[in-house]
Amino acid sequence: MSHPENATEFLKDQAKAKWHDETLWFVRDKRDRISKTIPEWEQLREIASQIKDNVLANLGSYLEDFERNAQKNGIKVHWAANGEEHNQLVLDILQKQNCTAIVKSKSILTEECHLNPFLEKHGVEVVDTDLGERIVQFLNQPPSHIVLPAIHLKKGEISDLFHEKLHTEKGNEDPSYLTNAARIHLREKFLKAKVAITGVNFGIAETGEFVVCTNEGNADMGVHLADVHIACMGIEKILPRRKDLGVFLRLLARSATGQPVTNYNSHFRSPSPGKEMHIILVDNGRTAQLAREKFKNSLKCIRCGACMNTCPIYRRSGGFSYGSTVPGPIGSILSPGLDMKKHSTLPFASTLCGSCSDVCPVKINIHEQLYEWRQEITKTHGEFGKGLSMKLANGIFKSPLAYKISGNLMRSALKALPDSLIYHPLNTWGKNRNLPETPKESFQQWYQKNRS
Amino acid sequence: MSSRENILSAIRGVSIAPKSLPEIPDFRLSGELVETFTQSILGNKGEVLTKVEFDNWLPNAKFSKIISLSSHFQNESTISLPEDPHELEDLGLAILDGQFGVAENGAIWLEDSNLGLRALPFITEHLVIVLNRKNLVETMHQGYNLIGNAESGFGLFIAGPSKTADIEQSLVIGAHGAKSLRVVLV
Ligand code: SF4
Repeated sequence: MSHPENATEFLKDQAKAKWHDETLWFVRDKRDRISKTIPEWEQLREIASQIKDNVLANLGSYLEDFERNAQKNGIKVHWAANGEEHNQLVLDILQKQNCTAIVKSKSILTEECHLNPFLEKHGVEVVDTDLGERIVQFLNQPPSHIVLPAIHLKKGEISDLFHEKLHTEKGNEDPSYLTNAARIHLREKFLKAKVAITGVNFGIAETGEFVVCTNEGNADMGVHLADVHIACMGIEKILPRRKDLGVFLRLLARSATGQPVTNYNSHFRSPSPGKEMHIILVDNGRTAQLAREKFKNSLKCIRCGACMNTCPIYRRSGGFSYGSTVPGPIGSILSPGLDMKKHSTLPFASTLCGSCSDVCPVKINIHEQLYEWRQEITKTHGEFGKGLSMKLANGIFKSPLAYKISGNLMRSALKALPDSLIYHPLNTWGKNRNLPETPKESFQQWYQKNRS
Repeated sequence: MSSRENILSAIRGVSIAPKSLPEIPDFRLSGELVETFTQSILGNKGEVLTKVEFDNWLPNAKFSKIISLSSHFQNESTISLPEDPHELEDLGLAILDGQFGVAENGAIWLEDSNLGLRALPFITEHLVIVLNRKNLVETMHQGYNLIGNAESGFGLFIAGPSKTADIEQSLVIGAHGAKSLRVVLV
């Protein structure tokens, strides 16, 4: 299904859609407030962006440094060209351990590789241990947000689910009660697992260590109790120096949830005596994206989710409407690179208001890349594009100059698009959605000037 | 070719103009260190205690299993550190020394040498970290300066108790790890 069709589905439950919208806006607001307490915030974003530029320009040598240093510290390093190879590498390690039950902590990469169904097919029980991920796993759903996996669910739904799966009291919706039930249930899994899988937030070339950040402590509960730790890392997660973490840890949690830092930030350098540590470096389309001049910057993403929380389309259409592992604005520029036909509607799921680029801690030009993808898609896959709706929008979008004048101006432009365009039946994302409030005057001037 | 060679050669096939690595300024913080640190810990849902407050609290908390690896509280352990972390399943309290604390966010740095077992601060029901108030720094930049080239196999910043907001964004303390964090400033 296309994004507009999925979004229509999401909007059927209007009360829930409104809650979703407001809750994510609240998270966005928390991010704004905390970022304003750091005078050097904009400088930090700029430095983070420059560090990532340097990483993209030297990715090969940094990966080699990382590998060499990690091996020196006793970590086993594997390379996977794609999801299948990644999954097979994981399975090989599990089979060597005769392991049939594992715990896993938040890893978008393993979602991207579809690791769970693969392992289950081979008789391995996979338990996602992040509370939100466990909830969606019980429902056989993917996460709907990369930081808040169960944000599409209300506590009543989770209460019913836990009543069925964990035998909690029927109708008890108290989040503390439900969380405690999950704690007891997952503790048992942690204590039994011989192998634990985690994602990776940052890999450090100069030391060969990697860093995993959580608030729940689930990654650490898993790996420190297990005999074997498998860490799965996209090749773009490299940072050159340990001290770069100072910049990125200051930005990550503040951008993600508006908290000053995640409560647990673990730096893995070598395994405990007698234990094993593996890291799998995964490409899965990343080198192809690196080769796309216009889109390579999307690889700077640190998966904070800020662009989702701020996006008027994401907030009002839900993560599932994107039909891609990473939803929201960043997902809409990553996914077409993996499968342009399947994800052809995603770059259109945007008002191009530029709010995503404004909040991105590594300053990815997200809205500009969305615009570029629209060009690519209408050029090569016109028939999958938005057809008439797109043609209507062309009046505004076709001029790169007008577009580049500024994100703010575009915001105004969109706000003041004639209702007949925004709420045109073909422009499905316009349904039930109010565009952001904008200063009317500046638009009027702009519109007068550009209408001809 | 192996995937390793394929990936590396694909990367080499892309020419990207060289970009230099920026120097990171030594960003500082205004305000009083202990006060800022304390506010940060409170914000992360932890508590900050003086040694006297801690001494009053501990006997009343009535833990049956305590492990203290802190040089400041050498006589508090009721059990010794096992070899297998699974035996810590019903540990009530762990008392550990932190190396330094970061005022801007309350993050406290610990390494293998402070932890005994890496699972300890997670599996324990409650956690106390003892920190010398002289070892507070302003921001994460100074924190990483202190870590320098340390070669511990494992190190971590702990900034609060285990927490989650995955159910309707309601904050719940005590997801999987320690249900509370008390920082004793000495
Ligand atoms: S694109 Fe930027 S804002 Fe969006 S998730 Fe990635 S780092 Fe965060």
